[in-house]
Amino acid sequence: MENNRRSFLKFAGVSVLGLGSLSLLDGLTSEDVIASSGQASAEATYKKTANALTAKRWGMVVDTKKLSGRICHKMEKACREAHNIPELENKKHEIKWIWEAHYNHVFPGKTDEFLVERLKELPIPVLCNHCANPPCVQACPTQATFQREDGIVMMDFHRCIGCRFCMAACPYGSRSFNFEDPRSAIAHENKEFPTRMKGVVEKCNFCAERLAVGKQPACVEASKGALVFGDLGDPQSEVRQLLKENYAIRRKQNLGTNPSVYYIV
Amino acid sequence: MLEKALKGSKAYWIWVFALLGIIAVGFSFYLKQLDFGLGITGMSRDVTWGFYIAQFTFLVGVAASAVMLVIPYYLHNYKAFGRITIMGEFLAIASVIMCILFIVADLGQPMRVLNVLLYPTPHSMLFWDMLVLSGYLVINLVVGWNVLEAERNSVPPAKWLKPLIYLSVPWAISIHTVTAFLYCGLPGRGFWLTAILAPRFLASAFAAGPAFLIILCLIVRKVTNFDPGKEQIQSLSKVVVYGSCANMFFFLCEVFVVMYSQIPEHMDHLQYLFFGLHGHGILVPWMWTAMVLIVSGIILLLIPKARQNESVLAVACVFTFIGIWIDKGMGMVAGGFVPNPLHEVNEYFPTFAEVMIGIAVYATGFLILTMLYKVFVGVKDELAA
Repeated sequence: MENNRRSFLKFAGVSVLGLGSLSLLDGLTSEDVIASSGQASAEATYKKTANALTAKRWGMVVDTKKLSGRICHKMEKACREAHNIPELENKKHEIKWIWEAHYNHVFPGKTDEFLVERLKELPIPVLCNHCANPPCVQACPTQATFQREDGIVMMDFHRCIGCRFCMAACPYGSRSFNFEDPRSAIAHENKEFPTRMKGVVEKCNFCAERLAVGKQPACVEASKGALVFGDLGDPQSEVRQLLKENYAIRRKQNLGTNPSVYYIV
Repeated sequence: MLEKALKGSKAYWIWVFALLGIIAVGFSFYLKQLDFGLGITGMSRDVTWGFYIAQFTFLVGVAASAVMLVIPYYLHNYKAFGRITIMGEFLAIASVIMCILFIVADLGQPMRVLNVLLYPTPHSMLFWDMLVLSGYLVINLVVGWNVLEAERNSVPPAKWLKPLIYLSVPWAISIHTVTAFLYCGLPGRGFWLTAILAPRFLASAFAAGPAFLIILCLIVRKVTNFDPGKEQIQSLSKVVVYGSCANMFFFLCEVFVVMYSQIPEHMDHLQYLFFGLHGHGILVPWMWTAMVLIVSGIILLLIPKARQNESVLAVACVFTFIGIWIDKGMGMVAGGFVPNPLHEVNEYFPTFAEVMIGIAVYATGFLILTMLYKVFVGVKDELAA
């Protein structure tokens, strides 16, 4: 069940061999096609240092009991500064990697007239779920968005053609498109992270660039313990301990995307 | 044969230059879009596809509808359609080219479009759409052109064309099916997540496409020496009404399932389109206009006396075409994005620049269609002389 999309991917991989011949238009042989697809993930993977953080499958637990408006604001700010996210005047063109929403919008299928008082006005952070079974990766026609071995769903900003199929496919509204040039609207540019150009899609990358140098994601650092980040594949990890001890829910679990972000409510 | 498109009356050249003028104006808006980005359109973070993709979807249908001439003529040996089958195939060529232009207009990084070929990705439906659309374009170009050339030389069409013609039948079905699969395979979009989407796309295509072809036939009869024929037009009108009824039937099936089950993720979109949601309803008047037009079209076409009167028929075809255009070209795409995945309502309406770029694409399609029909009519004139 859980691996449906991935097994389809494998099946599709076999059929691409047959289709390789169609790429003759481009002067490519099928071996070239495979070689260049392999290259894709290599290009967009950060060089790991000796102290890099690694995992079987990265995940996050959001403890709503520790959340407040102030903390959410700090997390957003930390993310914006780390990733050169522009502050555009036109709300329609907004770029959001992590942002706050109310319970009824975070969990639209679980709305309740008699919701516990505490959750009614509480700002809850939403971000890319880094689904184990990501519909965006399935939809992308160029593999510009892809899944790493450690579960992180990444974007190659240089390959993206801006068709926005991934945005239609994402059931969480986690992706943003550069409807205009973002560079002029970046308050303080972080030279460690690339800026984007107009016409490409972007989203949360679980701070892959920070993990590669041994740092926790920027939002986790700013969250004062409200967000816990770790390896879902390691039974001893802090995230697994939290999930063992607390009832946690995920966004739109019924869709089978298998999100890696859990919410303790 | 192409030289026939280069010789024409004054009216012909006025029409051609008027189209070129429209294309030039629209292209200047496209240059603005290239410079600023897709932000000059009405699209947003929540409604990420709009007018362009909707037109693309609608025109794939018009292209596929050529099969409604090919099937009766080649599979059922309905000779009358032999007179106009090439008109259908040429319409398909112009439509597919418009589809491709609308896709390119919608891309954030159009200069990277060849990445789709460079990194073929069979698990993406867009990859398949590219394959079937380009294949369909080639099939119709080869078949239409060669059949017309054979006719010009008063010889039967080459034997190798037959398998290609048969292939064009399932291929036409495939282009609109794959286009529906772009939408109906997405887990979080309740409005599109329905198996009826592809059949409904085809049914509405088989109404709107032939309706447009009837209008074209009437125009061709008026402005040229070639008469597509009364019987042909009447037969087409029956295709239109079958298609339009099937479309409405599929639509009502969807309405029943959605409204009776009352599952919010599916129901909210229909409610938004037809009644508005949380006080937002920019498309409500459009959707009801579409319904009134489609139903009036069906009524006019169902009554034999009305259908046989070619002025009434023309009106019925215009109603059907515009009704389906609104439903598919405005409601279908935007309706799927409102409300958004977080159940917030952020509406969409195209901007002036967006519509101008769209009109320029249509003008390009009409220009291609005009030239192809000019060749077609030229050959007919030559044979009559």
